[in-house]
Amino acid sequence: MNTPLAIKGIRDGLLITVPAGDWTEVLPNLLETIRQQEDFFRGARLAFQIEDRELSAAELGHLRDMLAEEEITLWAILTTSETTKIAAADLGLAQELSGKSCAEDEEGLPLESRLQGEEAVLVERTLRSGHNIRYAGHVIILGDVNPGAEIISGGHVIVWGRLRGTVHAGAGGDESATVCALDLSPTQLRIAGQIAVSPSRRSKTMPEIACIRDGQLVAEPWQA
Amino acid sequence: MSGKIATITSGKGGVGKTTATANIGAALADLGFSVVCIDADIGLRNLDVVMGLENRIVYDLVDVIEGRCKLRQAMIRDKRLEEFYLIPAAQTRDKTAVSPQDMIRLTDELRADFDWILIDSPAGIERGFRNAIAPADIVVIITNPEVSAVRDADRIIGLVEAEDKGPGRLIINRVKPEMIKRGDMLGTEDVLDVLAIELVGVVPDDESVIVAANKGLAVVLDPRSKAGVAFRNIARRLSGENVEFEALDEQDGFFGRLSRLVKSGGEG
Repeated sequence: MNTPLAIKGIRDGLLITVPAGDWTEVLPNLLETIRQQEDFFRGARLAFQIEDRELSAAELGHLRDMLAEEEITLWAILTTSETTKIAAADLGLAQELSGKSCAEDEEGLPLESRLQGEEAVLVERTLRSGHNIRYAGHVIILGDVNPGAEIISGGHVIVWGRLRGTVHAGAGGDESATVCALDLSPTQLRIAGQIAVSPSRRSKTMPEIACIRDGQLVAEPWQA
Repeated sequence: MSGKIATITSGKGGVGKTTATANIGAALADLGFSVVCIDADIGLRNLDVVMGLENRIVYDLVDVIEGRCKLRQAMIRDKRLEEFYLIPAAQTRDKTAVSPQDMIRLTDELRADFDWILIDSPAGIERGFRNAIAPADIVVIITNPEVSAVRDADRIIGLVEAEDKGPGRLIINRVKPEMIKRGDMLGTEDVLDVLAIELVGVVPDDESVIVAANKGLAVVLDPRSKAGVAFRNIARRLSGENVEFEALDEQDGFFGRLSRLVKSGGEG
């Protein structure tokens, strides 16, 4: 059994706290966990919190290459070890989270957490084609999600508007995650490992909630 | 004088950006404004062809930016309209020959002398598009009533918003009312339902546009052309006039539906 990974959504992407233990055991576990949740991690920018662990440039380079194979960018290493700091600098990896933030985000999408303490992100705009939101916690959208937009969330997804893009709730494997929208007609809807496509357009739209019940992905009208 | 800079863009190619730029420009000039059109499609220039000015090109946009000529030397006056000019794109270079800052500098210089500066954006979302929207005060997004064009327009609106250029204004081009009536084409309502930005015009599919473009003439100067009327009205709306939406099909209530839509179009 793998040690669960501590993943935190930050401005610059995701911050992963690497568990203690022998690197030769930790690394395969880490990669295995990432592979199991590839939908969630694909295209992500990761920062690693590795405390005082000593890693050589070769080990860090290997880690970066392994992540690159999963289409993941390693951009920062947070460490207190001088050896690791030098190794990270050699590879051109950042060593602090601030400073390299928004400019890197090409869409300039405001990802601010309004619910402090609760891991959720509130997006007060319509997500148009090409926009995507990836967040380890819950995602709340005040606006529409147009076809071609994508939400990948570790928890629930709530859309106060029309959901017509692609959505993945519980991307880390959480089957209790739900997706609700005022008009639930996504191009594709996924919860944990289950995938469904919307039935062809109905004439009447109503708020609906999708969840996994008895191993089946179901959508039902929202009854107040 | 402080002119307005409007960029015409679409994401998808072939929806009618260049034709729209030439015609809105001609219509504004015909209304009495001084207008200059800039072709930002470096490497694939064709605004000059549509305007029938290809054989007069001596200098181009890249020559101005790289200092080989004065701005005035690269400006070609239209054959018919007095206050209507073109700055052509270079054909032998590519988009990297110009930067967004170059475009801002160039258009700032033009602002003093012209009422309207129209920029014809290249298709796509790369450098050429960035160059074209960098100086824009108004971004006009043109689309066709097809799912692929609407999807690209949606992407463009998102990018324009991210650049703090406002939500943009929409032109739906090449509309065929009889196909919409049969349910074979997206209606204006369907397009606005997704894009949810202000509509400034609906241009019917009209053969006279192709005929005029082939002759290097602006269709807006043809009073019998329906598309010409639509482009003239777009020009008037852009200049702040409140113009009712023209009926595309006299037989049904299309006009009534349209005017209803326009009122709700700006939301979202």
